[in-house]
Parts: sequence; C-alpha cells; structure tokens
Amino acid sequence: MSTQETSGSGTPAGATSTGTLAPERAHSLPGFDPTAPLLEVDDLQVSFPTQDGLVHAVRGVSYTLRSGEVLGIVGESGSGKSVTSLAVMGLLPGNAQISGSVRYRGQELLGVSDPDMSRVRGKGVSMIFQDPMTSLDPVYRVGRQIEETLRVHDKRLSRRAAEARAVELLELVGIPNAANRVRSYPHEFSGGMRQRVVIAIAMANQPDVIIADEPTTALDVTVQAQILEVLDTALEETGAAMVLITHDLGVVAGVADRVLVMYAGKPVEVGSVEDIYYEPRMPYTLGLLGSLPRLDSTGRERLTPIIGSPPSLVNMPPGCPFAPRCPLHIAECDAGEPPLFDVGRGHSAACIRTEIVEKAHGDATYVFQETSTDTLLLGEPSRLDEDLPAADRETGPSTEAEGEIAPDHAAGETGSIVSPKGTNS
Amino acid sequence: MSAPTTDRAAAPIGDGQPILSVRGLEKHFPIKGGGLLKRTIGAVRAVDGVDLDIHAGEVLGLVGESGCGKSTTGRAILNLQPATGGSVKFEGRELVGLNRKQMRPLRRDIQIVFQDPYASLNPRLPVFDIVAEPLIIHGMTSNNKELRERVRQLVEQVGLNPEHTNRYPAEFSGGQRQRIGIARALALEPKLLILDEPVSALDVSIQAGVINLLEDLKDRLGLSYLFIAHDLSVVKHISDRVAVMYLGRIVEVADREVLFDHPAHPYTQALLSAIPLPDPRRERERQRIIITGDVPSPANPPSGCKFRTRCQKFANVLSDSERQLCIDQEPALEDRGIGHPNRCHYAEPLKVL
Repeated sequence: MSTQETSGSGTPAGATSTGTLAPERAHSLPGFDPTAPLLEVDDLQVSFPTQDGLVHAVRGVSYTLRSGEVLGIVGESGSGKSVTSLAVMGLLPGNAQISGSVRYRGQELLGVSDPDMSRVRGKGVSMIFQDPMTSLDPVYRVGRQIEETLRVHDKRLSRRAAEARAVELLELVGIPNAANRVRSYPHEFSGGMRQRVVIAIAMANQPDVIIADEPTTALDVTVQAQILEVLDTALEETGAAMVLITHDLGVVAGVADRVLVMYAGKPVEVGSVEDIYYEPRMPYTLGLLGSLPRLDSTGRERLTPIIGSPPSLVNMPPGCPFAPRCPLHIAECDAGEPPLFDVGRGHSAACIRTEIVEKAHGDATYVFQETSTDTLLLGEPSRLDEDLPAADRETGPSTEAEGEIAPDHAAGETGSIVSPKGTNS
Repeated sequence: MSAPTTDRAAAPIGDGQPILSVRGLEKHFPIKGGGLLKRTIGAVRAVDGVDLDIHAGEVLGLVGESGCGKSTTGRAILNLQPATGGSVKFEGRELVGLNRKQMRPLRRDIQIVFQDPYASLNPRLPVFDIVAEPLIIHGMTSNNKELRERVRQLVEQVGLNPEHTNRYPAEFSGGQRQRIGIARALALEPKLLILDEPVSALDVSIQAGVINLLEDLKDRLGLSYLFIAHDLSVVKHISDRVAVMYLGRIVEVADREVLFDHPAHPYTQALLSAIPLPDPRRERERQRIIITGDVPSPANPPSGCKFRTRCQKFANVLSDSERQLCIDQEPALEDRGIGHPNRCHYAEPLKVL
C-alpha cells in the first residue's frame, strides 16, 4: 500500500491533465479540500428491508482511493460490489439503510442533499454503468446527452461550445465521423459504440474519480478489448483514478493496481494485483483462481470449484461467511467473523488460517479438491481437513517438506475422477 | 458448402464415420416487409453453410461472438428450428426435413442443455417430475419403482442430493439448476449432447463444478458433446477440437492445441488476442491485435470474405491486388497447406498467446 501512496502523491490529479479539455478540475469545487484523499470509504454498510427481513447487502466496506490509481473490486454476483458503488454515488433507492462514511476530497457524501450531490456527480466522481443499452436516454441524441453533462457543471458554456466539446469527446473515445454521429440517437449505435458514448459522458468534466461498474460485461470479447483501450485513454486524458468493478479476473489483472476481493458484502482480501494473483492468502481468492479455466495453460488441468453457494445475506450466522464452503474450515472459524489481518505490505486477508493458504503460492489444488459434486452431497466436509490441513495444523506452518506432500496429493487426482459418492453406475 | 470439412485425420478419436455429420447447414430467417401482404424482402442468414463432424466420444467446441449463429446451429441440428437447407446426418440418418413425429425416437440419442437454468426448467414441476418426464414420454420404465430408482440415479449422477427431488427449481441455486437440466438431458441415455452455453450464466466458482461434472459424465458415459460457448477459456478447457464461427459460417476448425497455439485465421487470432489473461505480468506484457468495428448485419453480409470489413490483415498487411481476391471471392473452408481447414485466402499460423 505504501508503494502506491508514494507514486500516487507524486502525481496530483491536476498535474496530469493534458489540457485539451476543460482545464478546470473537479477539486476546485468550493468546499472540497484538494489535499485530502480522493475517495475514502469507511465502514460502509447498506441494508435493504424485504419481506424476509433485512438484507445486509454491504456489511462494512472500507477503502481509500489514491490519485491516479486503479482499484479493482472483484466478487461474484450478490457480493455487494455494485451496491457499494451506488452508495458512493448516492444512487441507492430511498428504502436503503446506509451507514458509515464516504468522503470525497475530505467532504462527507453520505446524507448530502441531491442538489449538492449533483455538483459532485459527473464532475468529482462519475460513473460508467454495465449496460450501455439502458444507461443512455433513448429519446435524446447522444450529443445532447454529452452537452447536458457539460452544461450542468458549467452554466456559462454556450450551446455551440458544448457541441464542439461533445464532438471532441466522441473523437477521443474513437467514434468515427464524430461530427455527424453526434446527432445520432443511441439506437443507431451498436453496444460497443454506446459504451464509448457512456465513457465520453463520464470523462466530459475531467472527474477525479471514475467508477466503472462491469463496463465490458455486456460486450463481446473483441469489443471488450476496444473498450478497455478507450478506458485507458479516458484515464490518461482526465488523470482520474478509477474504481473498476468486475467479476472478470482477466480484466482486473490487466488494468488494476490494487484489488479488493469481496464476499458476502465484505472485503475478504485486499492487496496489490500481484499479491492477489500470485500470493493470495484468503481461501476464497485462491478458490476463485482455481475455478478459472485458463487460456494460458498448456495441459488440461482439472478445475477446483468452490462447493456450495454464497450465504443468504438475511440473518447471517456468526463466524466467517465463507466457512461453509471452505476446505480449511475448523471450529474456530465459526466463533466470529475474522477482520482483515495484515499479511504483508499493503496486503490483508480476512482469514485465521492464512499461513496455510500462503503455502499454496496461488496453486488452488493445494487446498481445494477437483470435485464435480455439489455441496449437498458432501456429507462430511471434514474430508479435506483430514487430508492436508490437519497435518499443517499439527506440525505448524512453513515446513518445506509439506509443500512437496500437498501437490502429490493433487497429482494423484489429476487422472482419476472424484465421483459423486453413492453413484451406482 | 462446396468444400466439405476434411479434417477427419486430425480428429483424435476418429475411428471411421462421425456420429454427427453436418454439411452446408443453412438457417435463414425471412425479413417481412410492412403493409398488408407482408412480402418477404430479405433474409437474416443466421446460419449460412456450416460443416461439422463429431466423432464418438469427442467434444467439439463451437465458439463465436453473439449473433454469429452458434446457438441457431445447435437448434437447427436438433430440428428445434428446422433448417432451411443443407444436411444433418446422425449415425448416417438424415435429420433435415423430418417432422416432429419422425424426430421423436431420435431425440433419445441427441439431447440439449440450455443456457439459462432459470428459464429452461418448468417452475411448477418438482425436480422429480422434471427429470422423470422424458422417461415417461419415451416409455423407458415399466413401473413406478423403476422410475423412482432411475431418477434417483440420475440426480445422484449430476452431484445433487436425491432426497431433494421433491423440491421445486426455485429452491435451487443456478449451478444446481443447471445440474438438474443436465440430469434431464441424460435421462434417455443420449449419445450426443448439445450444450448451448451451459455455464455462461454461472459464477466462476460454481461454473467450475459444472465443467468438472460434464467432463466426468463424458468419460463415464462415453458421450459426445457439441459444446457451444462464447468463452474461449472454457472451450479450450473442455474441447478436443474447436470450430470458430463468424457471421453464420465456420472460419477455422482444428484440434484444440493447434487452434490455440497456432491459429491461422485472422479472426481466430484476434479473438484469442482479445481475451484478458488472469495473470497480471503476462497480461501487461502482451501485444494485442485489436480489430475495429462490430460484426456486420447477417441480413446484408459483405461480399467475398465475410470478415474482411474488420480484418487487420486486410486493412494493414495485404496489397491492393491481394485485397481484390478477398473482395471478389469468398474463401472456402479448406486446408491451405497448414494442416487444418480455415476460410482465409492468406491464412498463416501465428502465436498469439
């Protein structure tokens, strides 16, 4: 974390502005402290009342976003990653119960009135949504929608000047023949082109922070590659920092500087992108990596799924929320939910058994089984426990020999198949 | 199509005849004009001359971006959306042109698993009834006891708890529902499964379990798969051979290792190059081939080579005289001396991963 801090403070956002667009930057907004951290989220909690009870969608998220940095937030559906960013933007529905703190340039954003929030949205913090088919207004020309964002933050900007800027922005995001396309309606664009327009809107006012919520999920891979390039351009042009929310571990690997892994509404591991991919310490992160079919693998390794499904966020039992799916589960895991423990420089994980995960060095087969069954059949989840972590627990961590034993156990299974128990065929 | 796929030598388990042989398969959807008469004014050429062979015990991956016709191909093979041209032979028997009644006995041998496990299971039937339905329709069991035993076996086979068969689909997670869909497809002991994006609606940790299951079932039951997906990582993981589709046609087909290590068609190269690798160091060092634009409309495809409008080779490498061939003549799916068939006049193997 400290390394990022130094690199971040070396390039204040204002200095990186290339000046082709509006020179005035967001932090010059009155009331905001240009020296304070860009975005600080502190113990953010969001709940939604439902018929079944209170759904705790976000249960304590904290992070600090520094200038020029890309923070990747990864997690599976329902992990609370999108709700977190909607809370930051003040876009949650009225029935949401929000607590904690979100500070932009030192100023609290939670509980701020909508008109005040509008001064920040688009200029201080802007957002790119997942679905470019629904995030543009179908009845207005795309140029008009870009001009609206510009003029709402700069009342003196003339219509004509705004249109010129809109064309400039469309050119920047790679829309061919921008001078004509500025008068097109969203339905005249393909999905990739619409997402370019959305990015143009997001970067229009030189924001300090761009929150991109699954910006490429709705797109095909060849178009995704184009859009990731455009996002890169947007960050270069505006000098903004980005929060990139995605479930695609490939996208995060290429773009993010730091990664926050979410599970059941909470960060379970935070670290540099290399920490997370090469030296994960939370079993969930390791399991996610082991579940991924790899394009860059040479052989045909079996995948290691995480059995079961994420917990319901209503009435969560005490203890680690990942425990029911975790092969390293022991009795102590149920005692209380582990906080984020420091496991290295700027690297923390919410697990009491990180010293075992450490020995996997990113190899999921060290901890996870190459099973094909569903959790319901696994009558004895302790089976894995007997196999290897038990040995670890007794002999203590960091014996080199154990590193030899565990892959052995994995290798024995690559060829054979772990069949569902009780199969009669 | 004019040039049949002749890569049988390359098929790993190709002992003679393929169990499924598709030639020149076409599925065109008419475009109706406005007005009273609703005259046909054109056609969306969703599938426009597809050749495929699947051998016993083989997994053929069919990949392509949305709208390339891969799902329609799967449905046309099954006669769920009757083909408008071409031939589909299953174990030597022609399927194109068969009516529903004639098709029914063949459905025992070819089954399908759909993409969306939330839409493909009847929400009002308990799991037992869902899995038992094909057995009852085809008269596969003589009494209730036998039926119950068979359903129990099927449900266990897909890694679910057989005690939960009295529950409704809504009580299961996405991964579990997809397992139910697989159990239903396996009920009639098919030889060939058409898997239409079977894991793309699932989260990765759940997806991995279903992929492992499909691998196990294939080995245990000796199944063949047509595995349709847009995710090349998944296709690489599970397939023996892979066919890449673009705008209604196969543009390249090869053994898995060959296709991923030495793709020869510019589209395959761009597709592989576009996929982000979950490895920060490698991902940041990579050179990307980024193709421009979007897929052209299948109602009005470009002349000659269908990919030329987005092809980086056409745009940046070829000379004007070389380009003329791409504009005038559509390349056939054939081996141009590199060992596997593809549809590029100027095919050249390139390592992109």
